[in-house]
Amino acid sequence: MERYRILPHTADGKFQAFGQTLEEAFGNAALALASLMWDWTAITPKVRHFVRVTGVDREQLLVKFLGEVVYLFETRQFLLGAAAELRIRPLAEGLDLEAVLAGETLAPGHELFGDVKAVTYHDLKIEECDGFTVQVVVDM
Amino acid sequence: MDLRKIDDNTWEIPAQGEMRVPAVIYSSARLLTDIRRDQTLAQARNVACLPGIERASFVMPDAHQGYGFPIGGVAAFGLDEGIISPGGVGYDINCGVRLLRTDFTETDVVPRSRELLAEIFQEVPAGVGKGGVTKLSRAVLREILTRGAEWAVESGYGRKEDLERTEERGRMTEASPEDVSGRAMERGIPQLGTLGSGNHFLEIQKVHEIYDGAAARTFGLERPGQVLVMIHCGSRGLGHQVATDFIETMEDAFGVAGLPDRELVHAPFKSAEGQRYYRAMCAAVNYAFANRQMIAHWVRDVFARVFGSAKGMDQIYDVCHNVAKVEEHDVGGRSKRLVVHRKGATRSFGPGRPEVPGVYRSTGQPVLIPGSMGTASFLLAGTKEAEALSFGSTAHGAGRVMSRHEALRRFRGEKIRDDLARKGIELKSTSMKGVAEEAAGAYKDVDEVVRVSNEVGLGRVVAKLVPLGVMKG
Repeated sequence: MERYRILPHTADGKFQAFGQTLEEAFGNAALALASLMWDWTAITPKVRHFVRVTGVDREQLLVKFLGEVVYLFETRQFLLGAAAELRIRPLAEGLDLEAVLAGETLAPGHELFGDVKAVTYHDLKIEECDGFTVQVVVDM
Repeated sequence: MDLRKIDDNTWEIPAQGEMRVPAVIYSSARLLTDIRRDQTLAQARNVACLPGIERASFVMPDAHQGYGFPIGGVAAFGLDEGIISPGGVGYDINCGVRLLRTDFTETDVVPRSRELLAEIFQEVPAGVGKGGVTKLSRAVLREILTRGAEWAVESGYGRKEDLERTEERGRMTEASPEDVSGRAMERGIPQLGTLGSGNHFLEIQKVHEIYDGAAARTFGLERPGQVLVMIHCGSRGLGHQVATDFIETMEDAFGVAGLPDRELVHAPFKSAEGQRYYRAMCAAVNYAFANRQMIAHWVRDVFARVFGSAKGMDQIYDVCHNVAKVEEHDVGGRSKRLVVHRKGATRSFGPGRPEVPGVYRSTGQPVLIPGSMGTASFLLAGTKEAEALSFGSTAHGAGRVMSRHEALRRFRGEKIRDDLARKGIELKSTSMKGVAEEAAGAYKDVDEVVRVSNEVGLGRVVAKLVPLGVMKG
């Protein structure tokens, strides 16, 4: 199954990611985001970061989860190669997400080709129909 | 959509439905064709629905679709009844431009432009994931967030006179580092003194043509061929995180029900959340001023090394392109304090405004409009008319017409580099893919944007500048 698709957008980066479950679609969205900045398929899981975010709804949860990828890249020079053990659970109010992000630390030889500044709510969509499709626009 | 033509360069969407004011678009028919292709006008209409908006939701000639607010959008809100919105400023808070003059001419610089650019490339960190040269402590970062370019000058980066010729004198005094999250600080610490990537660049330029000799002289431009340096960058990850943080804060506090676009989330200006965002935004503005101040200093160092002197390398001005500011404007014949959001727009204050530095007060402020990579840039003077037309604002650049994705499909970085080289323009970049994404063909025609700006009276064109060397992140 196709993991994600990069879509045209005037100023920035836009993609759709797919999954049988919401978790899988979120995980593929993280890889789609990574694909705008580096070749995640060439990254091996040497370093692991455990992440946990909460959101008032699924949209905010996704924006905050993808924000972790940007944050870890800028502050830990972490290049995501895989998103594993994703788990989304309801809270009394809102949702909670846990995941293990695996990848490498930026080193000579890694090629970077884009800079995602922020994950936006613009045109953000989470649709359930024969699995899940999420659509995200990022500011570049 | 009901779009009425007012004159050749002015269009209006009359207030209807939930719009509290009309949307006014300054654009030629030609630029309007591009503007109509995306969501720009619908976004301008959405902005016109926000509480406390005064006069109109304005759209500049270089506008294109943004998040929530259009890029090239100007909107002002009353302090008591109005709102502040991170989406009205943008993610790259105080993305802006600084212009330095020099006493050097094209004849001095062209034979050595390759060497000069290589040296600048060494000195100024640029590109994705590229960290700065200094490892900052949190205490120093707080100082920078509080004092902006003032901190940089005191720390040996640049000259005191630079501050006089920087919007806000390089420091927004309302800034408070206490309102900037730990996360934003973490993103800001490794990136101070870096150019970044995307549309950010540093150009060695020459004066191509002068249209207004008197204003040009006041700004420090004497003749065609004179060399200038333009620096275009912003507040890096720190500003992006401030925007992200406060979108979430405002969503949590005020909800998003009824918003046509979640990126339009806002808070009453005088609410606790509104004030905290404003103070954090001011801190990010200061970070960007310090950033450009440091880069300008390194550029002078390189010129001094290569030519033996950085004499005459005075700062012309430094402007913000993404900012919200409290300013006094005329509303219905009375002066009123407003929070003016300029997102992808340049302040364009005319003669007499107290915010304009003394040296320029009889001319109007310098307005810096960079073109796309490798094309022309313009120096304008702010006008009195702009205050009535657009709360003293004009365009900020060329504005994209093509997605990065499409640009990558159509252009090759190496070919762009070679084409520029044939025109005698040196290009250095950390990424050829990045060069392709920023191809001039992916942007509107900056000449047309400036022509409209000049004709409408949003900014008076003073000089056209063309690149001799381009450094792209």
